[in-house]
Amino acid sequence: MFFALSIIFVVLLIIYEMFIDSSQSREKFGFGFIFSSDWEPVKEEFGALTFIYGTVVSSLIALAIALPISIGVAVFLSEIAGKTVGTSIGFLIEILAAIPSIIYGFWGIFVLAPYMRESFQPFLQNYLGFIPLFQGTPFGFGMMTAGIILAIMITPIISSITRDVLKAIPVSQREAAYALGATKWEAIKMALLNAKSGILGATVLGLGRAVGETMAVTMVIGNRAQIKTSLFEPAYSMASVIANEFAEASGQMHISSLIEVGLILFGVTFIINSLARFLIFSVTRKADMK
Amino acid sequence: MRKEDLLFDKKNLRKRKIINTIMLSLCIIAAAMAVVPLIYIFFYTAGAGLTSLNFDFFTALPKPFGEDGGGMVNAIVGTVILIGLGGLFGIPIGILTGIYVSEYSGSLMSNVVKFITDVLSGIPSIVIGIFAYGLIVLPMQRFSALAGGFALGILMIPTVTRITEEMLKLVPQTLREASLALGISRWKTTLRITLRTASSGIITGVLLAIARAAGETAPLLFTSFGNSFWSTSLDQPMASIPVQIFNYAISPYDEWHRKAWAGAFVLISIVFIVNLIVRVVTRNKYSGSV
Repeated sequence: MFFALSIIFVVLLIIYEMFIDSSQSREKFGFGFIFSSDWEPVKEEFGALTFIYGTVVSSLIALAIALPISIGVAVFLSEIAGKTVGTSIGFLIEILAAIPSIIYGFWGIFVLAPYMRESFQPFLQNYLGFIPLFQGTPFGFGMMTAGIILAIMITPIISSITRDVLKAIPVSQREAAYALGATKWEAIKMALLNAKSGILGATVLGLGRAVGETMAVTMVIGNRAQIKTSLFEPAYSMASVIANEFAEASGQMHISSLIEVGLILFGVTFIINSLARFLIFSVTRKADMK
Repeated sequence: MRKEDLLFDKKNLRKRKIINTIMLSLCIIAAAMAVVPLIYIFFYTAGAGLTSLNFDFFTALPKPFGEDGGGMVNAIVGTVILIGLGGLFGIPIGILTGIYVSEYSGSLMSNVVKFITDVLSGIPSIVIGIFAYGLIVLPMQRFSALAGGFALGILMIPTVTRITEEMLKLVPQTLREASLALGISRWKTTLRITLRTASSGIITGVLLAIARAAGETAPLLFTSFGNSFWSTSLDQPMASIPVQIFNYAISPYDEWHRKAWAGAFVLISIVFIVNLIVRVVTRNKYSGSV
């Protein structure tokens, strides 16, 4: 059908257009663009390293927090909770996934960031201050806050897919485990081990979402192009630099560089998502065949 | 020690039971942790939004800082127009692609289309914004509602496609066969029988896509931009609720923050109501088909 083909056309057009529009910066900076941390619109010196760093670190923080919680939620929903509780909490979590990111960001500015500045970060500093990650002034706005907001945002995605994957594991396996005298947790652990590639897929999908997330991160990450060890320090991510500077970019080279950042972002999310689809598919296909 | 010995060792059993209790409780705690931010965000937004939500919000134009009152009517109308523009081509393309993927499934082409749809849904919305910028804003030499609508339309496609596909798959195969057996042509069967049977499900998919698009901010920042005046012309910058929230949220004025909270409350209500509708409709659907 013609319209189905138009989707393929649109995606190819996106790639083509971003490739063409970023040609100026690609020609000037080459591969050095990825490894340079200069970003000075006035001197027309551009490099994406600080943004790549910001995106990677904030997403990793998010994963580190969201993954254990999501697995717990998925286990709770599919194995522990009864039908009524399970579906209603499942529904709440679905809504959590549908709340616009601007609202997360807004909430982040007025609730999370002040809380981080006044309570959580000083607390970390008191007890774990010897680790370089938790040193420096607690700004509230910075890498750590961005990571936490992202964690809240990707938990619903990871947990709902993990739940589906867990449900795809045949019940007979768990019954067999019980029959051998396993405790409930041991049976669940076995199911989790069997579902591990699907859970990995869910995680990677969550990662893809975190990497591409724009508004919420922009509003709490602090928007300062720097690479610092401390997680309290403000940072910058690929998506947020585009959001902040694109509309008022100072010249052709600036725009072109921002589009190249967008191209990198596209490439990264493309790879991450393809990987995730493949992993999830490999588990659920087995369940479909059953 | 062999596994058989482990299973019947009394002391070990106690240890295993304790681990069981601990892990299961951790899962319950995780579920609670995932739900708490939702409840917190929801009630915080409701609390902050309801107090500043009044009749003016829906009927008056924004006032410059310092003057009391004012609303967001231009942003509300703007969002409606932008979504209408996007829906105009995003929804048909999405539905037709969904039909293609579901009714012609199995062929190489439909698998490719399915994969591409997944890719499209994984592309960060800000990248779609860059695409619309390059395709429409650059040639027109100014920000316009058209570009914003276009970006939203692209974002709607994958959601609509996926739900259409899922809903069509729920239509019993025998129904199609019965129609084909009566000598009705394939496209007519699809249009009159399959699509009509799945229509309520598809409508919920469309609603879901609209709710998502209503909250999208990132792709609008440099396509439809924003506008503090009344404007309905498509070739001019246009205000929208999320962008307005963003601009108000990062401003230093309390008065504007209150407006932004009201806007956030409106958005969150839309998301909540739509998800509730979807939930009710799909539940009837599933219980009907079992």
